[in-house]
Amino acid sequence: MARRAGAPEVNAGSMADIAFLLLIFFLVTTTIETDAGLDRMLPPIEPPDTDVIIKQKNIFQVNINMNGQLLADDELIELKDLRAKAMAFLDNGGAASGSPDYCSYCKGRRDLSSSDSPAKAIISLKNDRETKYGTYITVQNELVGAYNDLRNRESERLFGRKFTDMEAEYLNPETAQSAKDDLKDKVKRIQDLFPQKLSEAETTSN
Amino acid sequence: MSKFSKKKSGELPPVSTASLPDIVFMLLFFFMTVTVMKDSSLKVQNVLPNANEIKKLEKKDRVIYIYVGKPTQEFQKVFGTEPKIQLNDKFADPSAVGDYILAERAKKSQELQNVLTTSLKVDKNANMGLISDIKQELRKVNALKVNYTTYDGDAFNNLQ
Repeated sequence: MARRAGAPEVNAGSMADIAFLLLIFFLVTTTIETDAGLDRMLPPIEPPDTDVIIKQKNIFQVNINMNGQLLADDELIELKDLRAKAMAFLDNGGAASGSPDYCSYCKGRRDLSSSDSPAKAIISLKNDRETKYGTYITVQNELVGAYNDLRNRESERLFGRKFTDMEAEYLNPETAQSAKDDLKDKVKRIQDLFPQKLSEAETTSN
Repeated sequence: MSKFSKKKSGELPPVSTASLPDIVFMLLFFFMTVTVMKDSSLKVQNVLPNANEIKKLEKKDRVIYIYVGKPTQEFQKVFGTEPKIQLNDKFADPSAVGDYILAERAKKSQELQNVLTTSLKVDKNANMGLISDIKQELRKVNALKVNYTTYDGDAFNNLQ
């Protein structure tokens, strides 16, 4: 006679195999990567109502041609020199002391024929339709790097830590709200010292 | 004395595997939570350039992806070797980018619609003409926040 003491136990030996199968399925179909890259804002399409007149000396013109050669302020330069040149332009602080544009924290040469102050300085980037994307990104990277280097310098002086670290912590969703509020002011202050004014004109085709 | 000598000596008892499923399930749940499903398979070659002044793209739900690059080997017969735009799972013209962004934006919840970022995943050998067309389209639909997605690395490696 069969035992009547409850149902027989289900064999759970193959449970591990089933779970392994699921595990492998998820491993194959998913990705862990978090993307990173250069953040940029495009200019709005409708032109501003009033024409702003910008002095020629406040514009740093960067042109990339189809062979990846670089023309910065009418000079043919190497890509590796771009960062130093952009920094010299941004940090110039040419306005005379006493004028409203005077830049007290600039450490540049105070050349009258270069930019007045970081707030006025604009970098204009132009490229050809045939320019390689890799070259373009390198140029973008160097220009963003120039801003970051200057911002880091001021941030070290004022708050004793790097701007890039503060910004990364501020943007990290895991940072506590109280720390974020504190960082927000600091980040904003540094950003105002060296506002990122990078204009991207439409490409020329020739 | 007999109390202790009762046990059989000799072979070891087998290791219990009863907790193995639990361990594997733990692994499974770990991977399920930390990973994201691949949403589209790539039909273009997509070797991103390197850069080192980069910011992380947090919060995947706020990102719209656009891929650009040469079609992969199997699609080259049909689509040629010129760089193409891939939106979701199909190739598209630059003029379709605006509609795509609007459609994707409409899918997101109301409060996210203003904070969306467009991630441009562009092969480093693509040329800027196509990118300029995309940027122009993005400006038309007011999707102004873009992220040139790159790998972390020395930017000068791009020039080789």
